Amino acid sequence: MLLIHCPYCEEERPEMEFRHAGEAHLERPKNIAEISDEAFAAYFFYRDNPKGVVFERWRHLHGCARFFNAARDTVSDKFLTTYKAGQPKPDLVGAANMNIPAKSGKSGK
Amino acid sequence: MRRYSGFALVREAMRGHKGWGQQWSSPEPKKEYDVIIVGAGGHGLATAYYLAKEHGITNIAVLEKGWLGGGNTGRNTTIIRSNYLYDESAGLYDHAVKLWENLSQDLNYNVMYSPRGVMMLAHNVHDVQVFKRHIHANRLNGVDNEWLTPEAAKEYCPPLNISQSARYPVMGAALQRRGGTARHDAVAWGYARAASDRGVHVIQNCEVTGVRRGGNGQVTGVETSRGFIGAKKVGVVAAGHTSVIMEMADVRMPLESFPLQALVSEPVKPCFPCVVMSNTVHAYISQSDKGELVIGAGTDQYTSYSQTGGLHIIQHTLDAICEMFPMFTRMKMLRSWGGIVDVTPDRSPIIAKTPVSGLYVNCGWGTGGFKATPGSGHVFAHTIANDNPHRINTAYTIERFNSGRLIDEAAAAAVAH
Repeated sequence: MLLIHCPYCEEERPEMEFRHAGEAHLERPKNIAEISDEAFAAYFFYRDNPKGVVFERWRHLHGCARFFNAARDTVSDKFLTTYKAGQPKPDLVGAANMNIPAKSGKSGK
Repeated sequence: MRRYSGFALVREAMRGHKGWGQQWSSPEPKKEYDVIIVGAGGHGLATAYYLAKEHGITNIAVLEKGWLGGGNTGRNTTIIRSNYLYDESAGLYDHAVKLWENLSQDLNYNVMYSPRGVMMLAHNVHDVQVFKRHIHANRLNGVDNEWLTPEAAKEYCPPLNISQSARYPVMGAALQRRGGTARHDAVAWGYARAASDRGVHVIQNCEVTGVRRGGNGQVTGVETSRGFIGAKKVGVVAAGHTSVIMEMADVRMPLESFPLQALVSEPVKPCFPCVVMSNTVHAYISQSDKGELVIGAGTDQYTSYSQTGGLHIIQHTLDAICEMFPMFTRMKMLRSWGGIVDVTPDRSPIIAKTPVSGLYVNCGWGTGGFKATPGSGHVFAHTIANDNPHRINTAYTIERFNSGRLIDEAAAAAVAH
């Protein structure tokens, strides 16, 4: 089980309290009724699915219930950082040096 | 290839089993092939086999990063069934079941296909209605599936707890008698041996690191950990790593990769006669011929390539198993593991040409690809050989996500299946 740092509660909590909510920083096109089928599919269905760092949304469902974003390594499942919704993609080199609670990893193995 | 038979067994027994030889060859890669298949799992090896057998293309290499059948082919719960809701799915999965029925003879390799019946439990009114709808849809498609009362379900599978005091009482079940299991490793080995016999090169420990394309965008080969290998056509059958391989060819996929776990118990005497699945409480269970209970859990909620998942996922499944089969509450679990499954938005696979000329993809099998192994390889081979899909996989394009013409088994099954 992952340990996840909620940037609103400012606390590291077990994964059971959270819901994964898919890739982050996907912006819904404002003119969604006018865009082509391909453009809609690219927004709605197509995903980066990276092997490495993924930017993703989480929701602290059984806590503050708020959505936030995280950067996580999909090979080790370690969180590099978590940050509030609406903030830009973090500078991960900077994050690694900022001593952000990024220890979150696997437990219960 | 030395044919396996009762006679061969007796002869080798007399000679101290010294004459069996290698089951498949391990050649050095050639400079160029007609077709390269990326991924030597069941689907990839089956594709190579049917290309050689039915389309006369034998200048083929199957490239594998690790060892043959070491990915999801060796990590699944070996369930075979074809009782899917939609016409397209019934066509594809039942095509596979028909091939399973004669696969051991076809490959001259015992894949231990055992049609012992797959029973899917209904625990609430919604389940009952959905399963009955499935049964009627299946029967219209010529796929066997029948409704059992709780008592009939218990008669078919005596360890089942049908007591009304169960947390989620069994309200009935859908039974597909032609469903069952097969020996997953034997499927990979049997296809590898039969393909190798027809001249296919199965090359293990050869990781694809790039896809090379010519001036007109056409695929010209792949970069690998053992150097460049040229190819006129490349078929990607890389399961959880499909997005990674396809990105090398600049093709973005409607896929996400999740860890899916399974586990086995200590081996015990035969006590469990069929396969039981419950989508609602989320548990899959059967007993292997070795005697282990083979139990499938759900996917983790986050994308990952780690081939491991959270313990709470397994725990959740075992809670359900103990509730449904109280006699297993004291069984010890022996091993658990994870595989990485590539999931499409509609939970149906993609078996198709891609926007890149000469590049084909067979992916998106999600949590239930093993059952389709022979059918998947068969229609994918047709697609590669003819540069056009087989009648059965016409609908399984990538473009269905643009047109919206989905094969929405995700909604039909209400879980990843």
